[in-house]
Amino acid sequence: MTDTLVKDARPPAPPRPGTAPGGRSRRRGRAVALLFVLPALLLLGALVVYPVLFSVGRSFFDASGTRFIGVDNYTEMVRDPATLKAIRNTVVWVVVAPVLLTGLGLILAVLVEKVRWATAFKTLLFLPMAVSFLAAGIIFRLAYDEDPDKGVLNAAAVAVHDAFAGTSPYPTARARDGQGLTHAGDGSYRTARTVSPGDTVTLPFVGVLPKDLPAGTKRAGAAAARGAAPGELRGVAYLDFAPGGKGAPGQVDAEERGLPGMTVRAVQDGRTAATATTAPDGSFAFTGLAPGRYTLTLPAANFAPPYDGISWLGPALVTPAIIGAYLWIWTGFAMVLIGAGLATLPRDALEAARMDGANEWQIFRRITVPLLAPVLTVVFVTLVINVLKVFDLVYIIAPGPVQEDATVLATQMWLVSFGGGNDQGMGSALGVLLLLLVVPAMVFNVRRFRRSQR
Amino acid sequence: MMMRRSTLLTGCTALVLALGATACGGGEPVAAGGGDKSLDGRTVTVAGVWSGSEQENFQKVLDAFTAKTGAKTEFVSTGDNVSTVVGSKIEGGDAPDVVMVPQVGVLRQFAEAGWLQPLGADVEKNVDAGFAKVWKEYGSVDGTLYGLYFKAAHKSTVWYDPESLAQAGVEAPATWEEMLTAGHTVSDSGLTAFAVAGQDGWTLTDWFENVYLSQAGPEKYDALAAHELKWTDPSVVKALTTLGTLFKDKQLIAGGQKGALNTDFPGSVEKVFGPEPEAGMVYEGDFVAGVAKDQYQRTIGEDADFFPFPAVDGGPAPVVSGGDAAVVLKDGKQREAGLALVEYLATPEAAEVWAGAGGFLSPNKQVDPGAYADDVTRATAKSLVAAGDTVRFDMSDQAPAAFGGTKGTGEWKILQDFLRDPSDPKATAAALEQAAAKAYKG
Repeated sequence: MTDTLVKDARPPAPPRPGTAPGGRSRRRGRAVALLFVLPALLLLGALVVYPVLFSVGRSFFDASGTRFIGVDNYTEMVRDPATLKAIRNTVVWVVVAPVLLTGLGLILAVLVEKVRWATAFKTLLFLPMAVSFLAAGIIFRLAYDEDPDKGVLNAAAVAVHDAFAGTSPYPTARARDGQGLTHAGDGSYRTARTVSPGDTVTLPFVGVLPKDLPAGTKRAGAAAARGAAPGELRGVAYLDFAPGGKGAPGQVDAEERGLPGMTVRAVQDGRTAATATTAPDGSFAFTGLAPGRYTLTLPAANFAPPYDGISWLGPALVTPAIIGAYLWIWTGFAMVLIGAGLATLPRDALEAARMDGANEWQIFRRITVPLLAPVLTVVFVTLVINVLKVFDLVYIIAPGPVQEDATVLATQMWLVSFGGGNDQGMGSALGVLLLLLVVPAMVFNVRRFRRSQR
Repeated sequence: MMMRRSTLLTGCTALVLALGATACGGGEPVAAGGGDKSLDGRTVTVAGVWSGSEQENFQKVLDAFTAKTGAKTEFVSTGDNVSTVVGSKIEGGDAPDVVMVPQVGVLRQFAEAGWLQPLGADVEKNVDAGFAKVWKEYGSVDGTLYGLYFKAAHKSTVWYDPESLAQAGVEAPATWEEMLTAGHTVSDSGLTAFAVAGQDGWTLTDWFENVYLSQAGPEKYDALAAHELKWTDPSVVKALTTLGTLFKDKQLIAGGQKGALNTDFPGSVEKVFGPEPEAGMVYEGDFVAGVAKDQYQRTIGEDADFFPFPAVDGGPAPVVSGGDAAVVLKDGKQREAGLALVEYLATPEAAEVWAGAGGFLSPNKQVDPGAYADDVTRATAKSLVAAGDTVRFDMSDQAPAAFGGTKGTGEWKILQDFLRDPSDPKATAAALEQAAAKAYKG
């Protein structure tokens, strides 16, 4: 593909037969030519033409390769949801990836021309090309990992989220079922019955590991036993689980400890009358409440599960995520090729435009891009061909459960043929489809190549 | 120039001839062997999926065979895809003599391809004496015995950290309901009940198989494994519904469904036995012990233990198993010596060699329980042998690989989807049937 760019480098003219155009010498010349071409033809025939023809033939046979089934593989192909998914994903790839890459490459190439450390910058961007697809796949599989402790992207997402939203003290806690607390849809809890000043309430929770309790947590027994002063609404939020499963549900047993730092609200007619935070022994008290009936609520912020980032590799985002990894690898390539084209642009046209008072955007839009069009097309078509055969990244990055959601034609072809199905008939049919898709791009590239040589 | 070319050609021809000779040489048929020290000078080639410590331990068995018969042995590790490797070796004229086949389906495939040598009357006698009938059936195709199950796996064991269960105050449960109740109590104590390795589809098929075997019974299990029973059968829907009660309960599954789908098998063991436990129990085969011991320095029997997979809906407790069967290839050059090796593997003596090294269960009931290295392995081995004819081979290993053994497709993928959204067991059963119909046909 680099050859296409270097337009000036013409291949040496074909050896002309001698000045005497005798029929015999021409025939001899042809024989010699054939002799020279023969090894290449043999290799091409054995390694390209024969396998292609064999695959086309094989695609008309069933899995075992013994029964001729006509076009059944092809009709099955457009019926099978997994194959349709592969076709759909391949279309997404072909539409999105080359456009993004050519665009990014163009922008970077133009920008890089203007910075001082251009070479260093270019080298840096080109470096991912030196990483094998397999290694890059493994790197991105890790980077995209959903567990914030492993995946760097989710670690960043969680750090940002937590900086703004904060974390909850008891993400795993939940109220003991049937012991006076009901779960509201939004993740908060409220008392099933209303209470009024002078009452003492116990709020039992479970699902917190003793080691996850904050330091200095005290036993809740004493606080629960203390009666409320007149006009005071008291209560205790406690961990209703003693080690070994001892203790009765809903009762504050001797060993059970309070849950400090919980926010409790006294709500009357939908309005919050007072807010309290539990003490180290889990106790809280509202004083000075007007007489009446209140509902105690514990807002969802107490229990919000920790934010665990974005499912990069979930069914919805897996293809964009893999395209992102692909961009990382190929942007440098697009940039360097386009940069090479940029370097050969006639400076006088640019100078002239500048003299005429065109601004940089106008120069870019009206002069650079049109003059670069041939290079951009070559880069684009090359990338289309490359994207059609993308395999390694998809195969490595997509985890098992979403493999089918991420599959493209090349992976599907391999999976169907060798990845368990062992249906090489169907695999060949997919290969033929892939070939048919690549052919237009190939023809286009070859034509361009010829034209540029003429 | 002409001269040089012809020398080159001669050289090439000579080289090709030489290569051909080495490839085809040494394949003389041998007279019957099998007696003591009668196999001096023979080399038996054995292929199997084992590598690492399993390969080392199997080598000890092979060495014992060498000491007994004088035949040398050579072990070739095939990696996961035995059938592809062995198939290409046979076509290449370099067939191993004995293959340790890890799946019933592959054994059947080999036998149907005509690659296997029947094991003969002597081995059959040993198998009848030492093995439950079910193992003989799994090693036979159309009534002929081709495979000897040398190593077995017990896939009906739920592993737990005794400290976590003591902390929650629960005992090892005996029924599915008790297990869910115990799970809720564990969850009350702050740990999630189970670590489920949803990223590895095979662990989900194992969950399903245990529930199904206990709930629907062995006859239906066999019928479903052979695809004589459709996956849309009400019994399948019922088993999926039962499994769904566990899958959809956030208190019972570490990280919820999303977390489970992001956990692979080693990760699920780590969640129970690792430095920061998140769950109290993990279900998988006896090999969990190996991971807990090697990676997390647990002492099996002390701070890692198991209880048998509980009975579901009043059925008997399931015993799902897997195993590696030794088969002899017709194309092997030392077929007779290979047969002698399989004959040796059928003896309790051979099994006891590996049993002492650990990480091994034998389905052979004549094996001395005292030979096992630790109490927990002994207990699993006893449970496996005691199950007798009710043992069933892992169903997904009996199915065509496209359905039961391929990442990202078939049963693995559909059960992963079910874990993601367990709300519609009927639709899941229909999807399973569709995939099975396609795979069993092909």
